[in-house]
Amino acid sequence: MVEVKEFAAPQINKKEIHRYAGERVPSAELSQIIDECLPEILDKLTYKVSFCKTSVRINKNEVDLGFLRVESSALAKNLSGCDAAIIFAATVGLAPDRLVARNLVSSPTRALVFDAIGAERIESLSDAFCEDIRAKIGNEKKLRPRFSAGYGDLDIEVQRDIFRLLDCPKNIGLTLTESLLMTPSKSVTAIIGIF
Amino acid sequence: MNVLEYIKENILYLDGGMGTLLQASGLASGELPERWNITHSDVIVDIHRSYFDAGSNVVNTNTFGANSLKFDEEELDVIFSAAFENAKKARDTSFGTQKKWIALDIGPTGRMLAPYGDLDFLDAVEIFAKSVRLGVKYGADLIFIETMNDSYETKAALLAAKENSELPVFVSNAYGADGKLMTGATPAAMVAMLEGMGTDAIGVNCSLGPKALEGVVAEYLKYSSIPVILKPNAGLPVSVDGKTVYNVSPEEFANDVAALVGDGALIVGGCCGTTPEYIASTVKALANISPKKIEKKNITLVSSYTHAVEFGDVPILIGERINPTGKKRFKEALRENDMDYILGEGIAEEERGVHLLDVNVGLPEIDEKKMLTGAVSALQAIIDLPLQIDTSNPEAMEAALRVYNGKAMINSVNGKKESMDAVFPLAKKYGGLVVALTLDERGIPERAEDRVEIAEKILKEAAKYGIDKKDIIFDPLAMSISADKNAARETLRAVKIIREKLGCHTSLGVSNVSFGLPRRDIINGAYFTMAMECGLSAAIMNPYSDEMMKAYYAYLALSGNDENCSKYIEFATNLSESVSAPVSSEKQTAGEQFASQLERAIVKGLSAEAAKITAEMLGNTPALEIVDKHIIPALDVVGVGFEKKTVYLPSLLMSAEAAKAAFEVIKENMSASEATAKKCRVVIATVKGDIHDIGKNIVKLILENYGFSVSDLGKDVSPEIIVCEAKRLSAPLVVLSALMTTTVPAMEETVKLLHKELPTTKVMVGGAVLTQEYADKIGADKYAKDAMEAVRYAEEISK
Repeated sequence: MVEVKEFAAPQINKKEIHRYAGERVPSAELSQIIDECLPEILDKLTYKVSFCKTSVRINKNEVDLGFLRVESSALAKNLSGCDAAIIFAATVGLAPDRLVARNLVSSPTRALVFDAIGAERIESLSDAFCEDIRAKIGNEKKLRPRFSAGYGDLDIEVQRDIFRLLDCPKNIGLTLTESLLMTPSKSVTAIIGIF
Repeated sequence: MNVLEYIKENILYLDGGMGTLLQASGLASGELPERWNITHSDVIVDIHRSYFDAGSNVVNTNTFGANSLKFDEEELDVIFSAAFENAKKARDTSFGTQKKWIALDIGPTGRMLAPYGDLDFLDAVEIFAKSVRLGVKYGADLIFIETMNDSYETKAALLAAKENSELPVFVSNAYGADGKLMTGATPAAMVAMLEGMGTDAIGVNCSLGPKALEGVVAEYLKYSSIPVILKPNAGLPVSVDGKTVYNVSPEEFANDVAALVGDGALIVGGCCGTTPEYIASTVKALANISPKKIEKKNITLVSSYTHAVEFGDVPILIGERINPTGKKRFKEALRENDMDYILGEGIAEEERGVHLLDVNVGLPEIDEKKMLTGAVSALQAIIDLPLQIDTSNPEAMEAALRVYNGKAMINSVNGKKESMDAVFPLAKKYGGLVVALTLDERGIPERAEDRVEIAEKILKEAAKYGIDKKDIIFDPLAMSISADKNAARETLRAVKIIREKLGCHTSLGVSNVSFGLPRRDIINGAYFTMAMECGLSAAIMNPYSDEMMKAYYAYLALSGNDENCSKYIEFATNLSESVSAPVSSEKQTAGEQFASQLERAIVKGLSAEAAKITAEMLGNTPALEIVDKHIIPALDVVGVGFEKKTVYLPSLLMSAEAAKAAFEVIKENMSASEATAKKCRVVIATVKGDIHDIGKNIVKLILENYGFSVSDLGKDVSPEIIVCEAKRLSAPLVVLSALMTTTVPAMEETVKLLHKELPTTKVMVGGAVLTQEYADKIGADKYAKDAMEAVRYAEEISK
């Protein structure tokens, strides 16, 4: 069954925000701008995930996830030894997109920072979700790294199947454009093998 | 009997969940339920019939996702035909004796509207229109728009319903646990927009159980003067032994719904997880409860995509800066279609604390309709405030109201018949709070009483269209005291009489009062205070005027409208800071090697300082010398650092912003001939299908700083438009950006078309997904990995 869960705001990893903005070594100047931007965005973010557990069957390069059968050697390798997987879609909402667009007009530096904050937030949400799953499956089982449509030889068209399965527009307000871009843009979909 | 007649006296029962029952009947996940109208018509008829048997007055056809995005025209027609046949068969064979109607069910498209998605608003209207026309064709009794989680898409569906049928329209939105729509709208914002557009009933469905929707329903009941719908889920889904079960029982559901009917909800049913049993329980629980009468609310609201602004005791500030009158730079921006400049004005006004923005972009030599709709679309994409659409061109007004995401203020109508004939039909159709000027064919009467008489005439005419007085706000016209010493007094008397006698709100363009006098601010501030004391509800004003802002915050504090004087204290604190603390101007410290203070400010990324120093330098240094000797060298210091990887992207951008601030100062002081002395023209765009443009905008900013004249076509731009612009400007260079592998084909198509139509034009590409290999493959002339590389190539071309 498809479940929808709303998370509390995960801990902020400021170093990651610097990194997403393009700074390998955090500067004091950017740190100050990040501190100014954070209060403007934090209460506008939501942390929503739609997810579902599926079976996994692998035959050479063909992966059968119940809702989807696809040829991909990379995915087959990622899921080898797994009998189940979690399919999920997560989004932090439209606030980063709006704030980036707004600040591109008045201050591109702040736009870059809002973009970086959005990137850090969605990664942190994805991590929090994985932790949640890890806690649920118990000590005997483990999780594979997240695998998304478009990685390796996994066709990005798979996004359409994932969106249909998880009813993303209705459940978490996440939509797909004709060219398969996710909007809101600070969103992630992925497959996590359980072994 | 018409359903609208029926709800005047009765509680109207809707049906319950459809998807839940279809899944129980074997609908696979991912399968399109609308096809079951044809393949499993017996199942659909049974479900509809069981709802009628349970006591539903209205069942919704199984057409939630039946739209032209998902089905071709032929199949769509067959689906609607079958869906209505199924519903009719159920109605005719049900043993229920209640009144029965069939609603055309319309759900969301599942796509996000532009600019954050790729579905154009007007295209969305047409998609919904096709479904509406089919519903009408196959005999719908009413239209039920439901589960909408975006205000803009809701508006598109509602417009389509109103424009393609005479049927009653119900609209129901899906709220999250935070009490807002997924894209941010509050219940008050939705009530404002939907009631304004003439919806017959509004409310909530899906998402949550009845208890959890209490707060949202209470907001609807507080603001709405039309029937309120409640169609909740059976609580939340939980997994029991791998099966989905909802956690609210039919009895509990019925009791919770009954409580909200007690509060005033009139139209009730269920959504996900509810079954005929839930409806039967609800009908039973409400058997002896009579519906509450709807009270007409006299609350004046306007709304944006996020929130409503209520007109009441606290005066509303309407920013007047988006207006070309008397502004050279603004006029130039309009002629050059420089939307960023207009947006910048709007952002600055919002930051000054206004509640609404007036939008006037009329100039004799531009296409006002196009400009106004463009400005409204662009502003509402990045600014949360409601807009006041300000034009005397009815065609431009209609186009702008059509694309507006919310309930706008409409500026303006007056007592002339011609004006009322043009504006009131638009206000009726699109909703809006109409600013009505108290003048007519005879001009502006001197005496307050005569202006009030015009106001009464306007109210009477509005009533003919069904426009309520709460949706008219009068502007009794501030006139200059330099021409008539009694002018200010008469206007204030009119404000008072309109407020007290007519019970209507008022708005004034305050600053007109001081026309022809020196130090106008002093008079304006004092007059504003007097007007607020007379009951003025809103002012169109310049938020940069300290005197006006002082008057406003002082009045709030003095009139008991500022708890703990907190707004005043915040305002006063910031005011003293801005007076006593000029831009930081720390001097060059030891170890820093800068040729000038300006160079230092730019390298350090200090925008305010760069602007200030530039303004000072312009007194004794030619503009071009400032650019060549100070700004460009500073940019080079940073640019070279970036290329050597000693400077990171954020610092490059900060410097670029500081340079831009310096350029803005120079531009304001340059003659037209100097300003156009630039390097070559460059056209820049994000390709078709791609909707993210931060990278493209960074490249644009840096190119502009280096003196290139950049025409930015935005994002999601088709090859034809790019070619057309490059031709128009004879641009030797076109820069294209793409973020995703899925949009690289569109980039390739653009490159090919450019090379075919304009063989000498060079095409440079970049973006997250691009590599040299990709660039070679699609035939681009140049791949630039970052903004500086783009500048270097552009300079080569420009030589």
